[in-house]
Amino acid sequence: MTEQIIIAGFGGQGVMSMGQLLAYAGMLEGKNVSWLPSYGPEMRGGTANCNVIITDDMVASPIVTQASAVIALNKPSLDKFENAVIPGGMLFVNSSLIDRKSMRGDIEAFYIPANEIADELGSSKVANTVVLGAYLAKAENSVSPKSIIEALKKVLGPDKQDLIPLNKEALKRGAELIQK
Amino acid sequence: MAKVFQKPESLTDKPMHYCPGCTHGIVHRLVAETMDELNIRQDTIGIAPVGCAVFAYDYFNCDMQEAAHGRAPAVATGIKRVHPDKVVFTYQGDGDLASIGAAEIVHAANRGEKITTIFINNAIYGMTGGQMAPTTLLDQVTVTSPYGRKAETEGYPIRMSEMLAALEGAAYIERVSVHDIKHIMQAKKAIKRAFEYQIAGKGFTLVEVLSTCPTNWGMTPAESLEWVKNHMIPYYPLGVKKEAK
Amino acid sequence: MSKVLMKGNEAIAEAAIQAGCRFFFGYPITPQNEIPAYMAKRLPQVGGCFVQAESEVAAINMVYGAAGAGARVMTSSSSPGISLKQEGISYIAGAELPCLIVNIVRGGPGLGGIQPAQSDYFQAVKGGGHGDYHLVVLAPSTIQETVDLVRKGFDIADQYRNPVMILGDGMLGQMMEPVEFKEAKPRRLPPKDWATTGWKGDRPRAVINSLFIDPQVLEDHVNRIYKKYEEIKANETLVECYNCEDAEIIVSAYGTTARIVRSVTEMAARKGIKIGLIRPITLWPFPAETLRSWAQRDHVKAFLTVEMSMGQMVEDVTLSIDGLKPSHFYGRTGGMVPRPADILAEIEKIRGVNL
Repeated sequence: MTEQIIIAGFGGQGVMSMGQLLAYAGMLEGKNVSWLPSYGPEMRGGTANCNVIITDDMVASPIVTQASAVIALNKPSLDKFENAVIPGGMLFVNSSLIDRKSMRGDIEAFYIPANEIADELGSSKVANTVVLGAYLAKAENSVSPKSIIEALKKVLGPDKQDLIPLNKEALKRGAELIQK
Repeated sequence: MAKVFQKPESLTDKPMHYCPGCTHGIVHRLVAETMDELNIRQDTIGIAPVGCAVFAYDYFNCDMQEAAHGRAPAVATGIKRVHPDKVVFTYQGDGDLASIGAAEIVHAANRGEKITTIFINNAIYGMTGGQMAPTTLLDQVTVTSPYGRKAETEGYPIRMSEMLAALEGAAYIERVSVHDIKHIMQAKKAIKRAFEYQIAGKGFTLVEVLSTCPTNWGMTPAESLEWVKNHMIPYYPLGVKKEAK
Repeated sequence: MSKVLMKGNEAIAEAAIQAGCRFFFGYPITPQNEIPAYMAKRLPQVGGCFVQAESEVAAINMVYGAAGAGARVMTSSSSPGISLKQEGISYIAGAELPCLIVNIVRGGPGLGGIQPAQSDYFQAVKGGGHGDYHLVVLAPSTIQETVDLVRKGFDIADQYRNPVMILGDGMLGQMMEPVEFKEAKPRRLPPKDWATTGWKGDRPRAVINSLFIDPQVLEDHVNRIYKKYEEIKANETLVECYNCEDAEIIVSAYGTTARIVRSVTEMAARKGIKIGLIRPITLWPFPAETLRSWAQRDHVKAFLTVEMSMGQMVEDVTLSIDGLKPSHFYGRTGGMVPRPADILAEIEKIRGVNL
């Protein structure tokens, strides 16, 4: 099984780290993974995106043109990547910042008020984790939330382990929203 | 019978190719005597330039590297970082150091690389046949300034020692001349001092030596020594430009 | 050892350190900045030395000095910076100094762009600097392979006293993949008794030099280097052949592009088209024999070279197959990456013409 994900948003929304977490978790599950960022002047403030592939096979091209899932954290990202979702694929929209709905009828779209939920949790920084929670609840071929937490523990390092409960909660809230 | 004069051990037996009246040979000898006296020949790595002294690797009797034009200070940096316990010197002319290698010498000095640079300033490109150098004096005729160097179009002769002395990384900088015995003795002292500063780890060191080029100046050797005294020294004042405590 | 998830650039730097490289001289340029940053942090921890040079020119000449002094040393840059380094690279080749040069290629010419490209192939394999010389050019296609080739590159450089280049691209430098730093079997390498380490008289005086004013002496020197190149060709040529056994069309691609072509082989198979992939891992020496031997097979009807350039390696492919089969080209340039669907369309077009 191969999961191909595009994550996009403003620089600073945690687009890159979200993709890295997915790749890391996939690696912990013994899968083949790749993470490919956009790079250059758009790093700060502009739109940033990354491609993540999680597969049981070898990763051939690291570029995702036919995404099994697209996560759009802002409107320019939705405009740019909505059509990259394969028919039957999934689209996750941060409805806190995006006021329009998907124009595709052949995909599943989910609307997550990520920033509102993050603010309720007391940290706007975990908006990306809320969306990630929603994605994980739906994407059966992807990694488990448990692996994400394991990956997070490694990525955060010993000094920042106190952030784990907050992120766990954010994942849970995202998942709950989808399961309702 | 006691030997009162002999070739320094730090020079090879290879006959030098320099023109009659050229002072490169004198400066080579002063550097070699210094290496002998400080007993550092076995621990010294020299870097030859591109220019008249390009074959210096054949003359200095120690490990040597030949650098690309102007890049000797960068090559020296690479060597010194690998062997911080060795003595590293570059030997460069005015085209090499002050023109094409201006960036390399400025930044090696500014980093305070613990190396010694022997800078031969004879106000002209010798090897390539007498072109204008950055240190060519105003009104001096060369093959590329046939009407004399003009400040309006060619700028002014560059005083490298003063410029480099302004950098914090420079530990010892002196300008000397080799146009007569008295000045040769002074030049020797300066070169030795620069090497001692390097060995003491004080920072970047450089000795600028005002030199002759009778061939390209179109003078006899004797006339060229006079020209150094009468024309170069007034524009390029001798003396210590920087001496770190 | 377990796998770690690493950016290509950082993996290159770590692999170099693990291969015993202790000296790095470089200058900032996108998209390779993680390499010097990693080196600046790590080298002092392992007793090494990092210098941010004042220019690319100075950096490569620092490499010359350090290599001549006997150290394992490297530099990295991206296309415009590699152009600036060409003077020093020619001197390093002429003076027969071992070092590793990494080029994380971006689009050109000129300032070009910062997105991945393969348009420095000619510069890397045909010369770049002046004079008769070759770099050994290694073109990894995954981060794991990059890590493995960094060590190999240092070994090849030391064994033959010749500069080695890793030719990557912005994608390979920026992406992350799991890698494992394996214990490699060390090569038996000749002692560096030619290095300037201070002369105690127990060996000939060391002179690092590329000047040979007598033309006969220079010709002899170059002939000797070229004899060495024949050894390198015989011993070090690397190529991967995938799915070629019953292929009708063989696609040749290297580095990142080869990964994209690999995706295409599966797409093509679903359409009943048999595609093979020949991926040169050493771009110099070029695996000409391998290409030629496949060109002699009856089932192979045509060759297609795919590159992120206007067509550079295709010239070597065409030379290698020597008119035995038609040689086609498809490429994108300027930082644009070929899309699998477009490559497949090209293959179908060729198939219509040649089969």
